[in-house]
Amino acid sequence: MASSKTEQSGGSTVEYIQHHLTNWCVGDCDPVTHKAAGFWAFHVDTIAISIVLGLLVVLVAKRVGANLQTGTPSGFQNFVESILDFVSQQVKDTFPGHNPLIAPLALTIFVWVWLMNFMDLIPVDLLPELGKLVGIEYLKVVPTTDLSATMALALVVFALIIFYNFKVKGPVGYLKNFLFHPFGKFFVPVNIVMTAIEEIAKPLSLALRLFGNLFAGELVFLLIALIGGTLATGFIGYVFWWPLQVVLDLGWLIFHLLVITLQAFIFMVLSIVYLGMAHTEDH
Amino acid sequence: MNITATLLAQIVAFVLLIWFVNKYLWGPLTTMMAERQKRIDDGLAAAEKGKHELELAEKGAIEKLVEAKHKAAEIIAQSEKRAGEIVEEAKSNARVEGERLLNAARAEIDQEANRARETLRASVASIAIAGAGKILNKEINESAHADLMNDLAKQI
Repeated sequence: MASSKTEQSGGSTVEYIQHHLTNWCVGDCDPVTHKAAGFWAFHVDTIAISIVLGLLVVLVAKRVGANLQTGTPSGFQNFVESILDFVSQQVKDTFPGHNPLIAPLALTIFVWVWLMNFMDLIPVDLLPELGKLVGIEYLKVVPTTDLSATMALALVVFALIIFYNFKVKGPVGYLKNFLFHPFGKFFVPVNIVMTAIEEIAKPLSLALRLFGNLFAGELVFLLIALIGGTLATGFIGYVFWWPLQVVLDLGWLIFHLLVITLQAFIFMVLSIVYLGMAHTEDH
Repeated sequence: MNITATLLAQIVAFVLLIWFVNKYLWGPLTTMMAERQKRIDDGLAAAEKGKHELELAEKGAIEKLVEAKHKAAEIIAQSEKRAGEIVEEAKSNARVEGERLLNAARAEIDQEANRARETLRASVASIAIAGAGKILNKEINESAHADLMNDLAKQI
């Protein structure tokens, strides 16, 4: 709570939260608020942290993939195998037919999203304060609280949905789906609108659900951090507020561990379901 | 909170990560797991087969054992029978031999007795003739009275 020692008024509380919710922006950024001003702004923290986490996945994947024990797997291989089994079971249960891309895609989504969500459990001030030490002014550590990141995942899934719709149903079949679904051939204009909304809702719901949950979770962590920070003034304040912060933080951490896993799982399962819908002829 | 070019970078990273996970983790691991599953299946099947074979072998061994016992009993019975026969044969042989020896001994005894009798008769004849000669005081011409002497000898 080092940063909050000097911030004790209500205004600085807002500032504290605002500061934490601002990305490290490079490119087309507003010089005053440090927010992205146009499309061509890069959130370096989001990109860097997600790539580091991605590299972690790559490293682990390479290590486990290179030293496979067929007979008696070691401890870590067991762990990876159980995740893999879990994901492939989900794919088997919800995905009709066979597509060799779906299961690795689902595994990647689950692991990567989980890791990015996990950044939420790291104490909110730890990485930004460390960043300040090396001259990074703004650092937002959870990539999935950046709508660009969740939207990127959702758009890749969306692109695959459209690709497989074309591949499995054919352009004509896909067009028919737009024209005659869901109300039959006498409501073609309505059908077009409805189906378009339905299709667009898929990536939007994926991206916004993940973003919203993690953003809200991060915000709650920030508020809990403020209890011991701005509210704690004087000895009495510390004695009373500090234990409360610990208890609340622990409670929210445990709950949030569930939330991040659940959100990663939901993103994965919905991607499988949407892609499964793209593979089936009729609705 | 607006969407920025970060999106593009994230898309690239995501696609690359999917590719990598598929190539280096999912592929090898699922192949390996399928192989392991097959190996376990094979192992269980082999174990089942081995168990079955063991049962068969045990059954065969018991059968062989029973057969061997039967055979042994048969052989013992046969040999006992044969031993009895041999004893019987030996007994009868001995009896026959004994009788033969007895007969031979008897025949010899008879022969000896006859020979003694002959000798005795001859002696008696000559004694009788000598006595008669003395009685008659006369030398008996052996050649002249051979017939007479032979008659005498026969009568004795």
